[in-house]
Amino acid sequence: MTETILAVDRVTKRFPGVIANDAVTVDIRRGEIHCVLGENGAGKTTLADVLYGVYRPDEGTVTLNGEPLELHTPRDAIAAGIGMVHQHFELVPPMSVVENVVIGTSASQWLDLSEVRDRLNEFFHNYDVEIDPDAEVGRLSVGEQQWVEIFKTLYFGVEVLILDEPTAVLTPQGVQELFRILRRMRDEGLTIILITHKLKEVMELSDRVTVLRLGKVVGTVNTADVQMRDLAQMMVGREVLFQFDKERSDPGEPVLEVDGIHLPSVTGRGSLKGLSLTVCAGEVVGLAGVSGNGQNALFDALVGVEKPSSGDIRIGGVDTAELSANRIAQLGMASVPADRIAQGLLMDFKVKENLVLGRHRSNTFSRGGLLNRGAIDGFASKSIEGFDIRTPSASQSTRTLSGGNLQKVIMARELSGEPKLLVAHQPTRGLDISASEYVRRRLLEERDRGAAVLLMSEDLDEIFQLSDRIAVIYDGRIVSETTPEQADLESLGLSMAGADSVDVGSAS
Amino acid sequence: MEELFTSAVIVGIFWATLRIATPLLLAALGELVCESSGILNLSLEGTMTMGAFAGFYVANETGSILAGLVAAGLGGAFLSLIMALMTVTAKVNQVVAGLALNILGLGLAFFWYRSIYEAEGSIDIPTVDTMEAPWEFFPIPWLTILALVMVPVVWVFLYRTKYGLELRSVGHNPEACDMRGVGIISRQYVAVVFGGVMAGLAGSFLSLGSTGLFFPDIISGRGWIALAIVIFGNWRATWVLVGSLLFGFLEATQLALQASDVDLPYQLLLALPFVLTIVALVFNRSRSNVPLSLTIPYHRGER
Ligand SMILES: Nc1ncnc2c1ncn2[C@@H]1O[C@H](COP(=O)(O)OP(=O)(O)O)[C@@H](O)[C@H]1O
Ligand SMILES: [Mg+2]
Repeated sequence: MTETILAVDRVTKRFPGVIANDAVTVDIRRGEIHCVLGENGAGKTTLADVLYGVYRPDEGTVTLNGEPLELHTPRDAIAAGIGMVHQHFELVPPMSVVENVVIGTSASQWLDLSEVRDRLNEFFHNYDVEIDPDAEVGRLSVGEQQWVEIFKTLYFGVEVLILDEPTAVLTPQGVQELFRILRRMRDEGLTIILITHKLKEVMELSDRVTVLRLGKVVGTVNTADVQMRDLAQMMVGREVLFQFDKERSDPGEPVLEVDGIHLPSVTGRGSLKGLSLTVCAGEVVGLAGVSGNGQNALFDALVGVEKPSSGDIRIGGVDTAELSANRIAQLGMASVPADRIAQGLLMDFKVKENLVLGRHRSNTFSRGGLLNRGAIDGFASKSIEGFDIRTPSASQSTRTLSGGNLQKVIMARELSGEPKLLVAHQPTRGLDISASEYVRRRLLEERDRGAAVLLMSEDLDEIFQLSDRIAVIYDGRIVSETTPEQADLESLGLSMAGADSVDVGSAS
Repeated sequence: MEELFTSAVIVGIFWATLRIATPLLLAALGELVCESSGILNLSLEGTMTMGAFAGFYVANETGSILAGLVAAGLGGAFLSLIMALMTVTAKVNQVVAGLALNILGLGLAFFWYRSIYEAEGSIDIPTVDTMEAPWEFFPIPWLTILALVMVPVVWVFLYRTKYGLELRSVGHNPEACDMRGVGIISRQYVAVVFGGVMAGLAGSFLSLGSTGLFFPDIISGRGWIALAIVIFGNWRATWVLVGSLLFGFLEATQLALQASDVDLPYQLLLALPFVLTIVALVFNRSRSNVPLSLTIPYHRGER
């Protein structure tokens, strides 16, 4: 267990303006699960891409089984026995599972898929995975696609398997399933490098862990020797508060009143079946629920892009039924959508343009139908400073920003008008610890300023941390309401799963 | 109306359909392979003109049809090689490159034609007969036979070989192929140049085959129709054949209508193919086979 299979020695990789990997030294032992832990932007993917021949290191060497590795392309890495599953899947969606596996192999030029199909079936059977080898990959679930990715890589007979943030797309059950199989593969002799920014996963799965911060190795430790808290500190570079001290809330008048709304499922974003909910000024209401129970539909109805077929929504006492999304926003409503890239931002626009999006027609930012560039620039530089948005300049294309900074752009825009009501949908999904902490603190600040905050999240820790009241959504309705003090995780979980308890707090 | 249904007219329409469909089928099959690799080559019109001229000139000079055909293929290959250099290697916007090469192909052919022949109008090729097969009972041109044979060839290549599978994969997701060590550049070059050779041959069918003439406007929109046929055929070889025959049939019928005294607006038939293409597009929308990365250049390691 102590033999080194892959040694990374002082590898440096620079991109214009950043040192993504700064003299990184790691040794990976044969047959271990080695986690590489780090916040977004720490250089984890870059390191993996260097090991997989996507990038050539500017300095430093990599040795495999004692032999120096010269990788020019991924093909060299595969030939040397290193395989990688990327964070964004590298699949050809219109093609079948078998066809995806055959691409790039040394199979004969006359396509004979039966042999590949047999081996694939054997693989799947061996690991208790049920996937039809002839199914079109684009029609598989995300979890199934990940299996295809993993088996596709193993098909080459690699010794070292690198997985870049494989759990980001999986459900909790999917994660357990993945971990079960990864452990088995390790026991069968495979060396696994797993990249993640989630501490829980590192603690649960890894034998050893290397922590990266800002491109440098902070240290490599045996997982059994450390606590989650220690790893968090290594990763972030300071002590991490897992708990917020928040003042008791002092709720005022109702700001958002939702009364028995129905919304049929037409857009594939779920349906609402008589949902009622009130959020008052100065409180955070956490909406807990398993995804797909109407959260998207509720968000659409609140911001006004879908209109309920019955029931009504009042914001500050004003019925929004006849109002456009734009008019609703003018009532003092701000929203942070779950899919920040598709719904919150124009990725090819400049940061400053995204910062005023939606308010660009207001008198503040336009004059006589033309944009007022001076006002926009001024507002942008204030926002970038105030929200600590990491970008080289306000004129940078939004696409180049990291996930946390994208979210900050949206928050800066949405909070700039001092909204009366803030609807935040999955505001920290995919963000690292620091960025999540920042977003959560801003939500509480909004509450303390007197805004009504509706927080929809699948992260129960977050719900508990921030909410003054908790409502559970299931099948398009609110099925129970409680407070963080009264609720316990188990009964909350039950009512999220649709068990017939009405009062979660006392049900236990 | 009856006179349209005489056997002579029907037989005439049948042959005309095949003749008209031949250049469309050749060019569309080439474009199908090209687009399957993710490169949209809009310069078919110019490439076909180039092929028509190169074939005409070399056949005229050498007196050999075969030499003419080779020259036509090379002419198409030459233009498409520039296309590949611009779009695959230099990663220039494919629409811009295609439109520019269209103008270049038309311009070059016209320029050479004028400087070599120094005359206005069309010239016959004295040494060249039409390229009909030797057997009399079935006077089908050689190139038509080639075009028909190419349908299963292209199909087998794209769907039954690993190279074809990888070529189509490059058209859908080049990054996935790159990460598996599949050479993207070589496959796209092969596809683009194959498309160019086919378009060159398609052009030569017009100058060496049916008419035996060359004039600068000889292609007159057939390149664009071939592009439409690829869309109509939903990027499938068999449906490209159907589309080419359909276009050929409608055109042949339209010509027969014009020749007869029947009072039917032939313009309707002329417009029909385009209406059908739009209808096909709408119907195929949900299960379109369009290569997912068509026109999107690939840069390794770009986020
Ligand atoms: N292709 C690239 N071009 C320019 N900068 C890049 C590129 N890839 C990564 N970076 C930069 O390198 C740093 C490390 O990125 P990355 O390795 O993706 O981090 P991680 O995977 O840990 O989130 C970041 O600052 C990122 O912006
Ligand atoms: Mg990464």
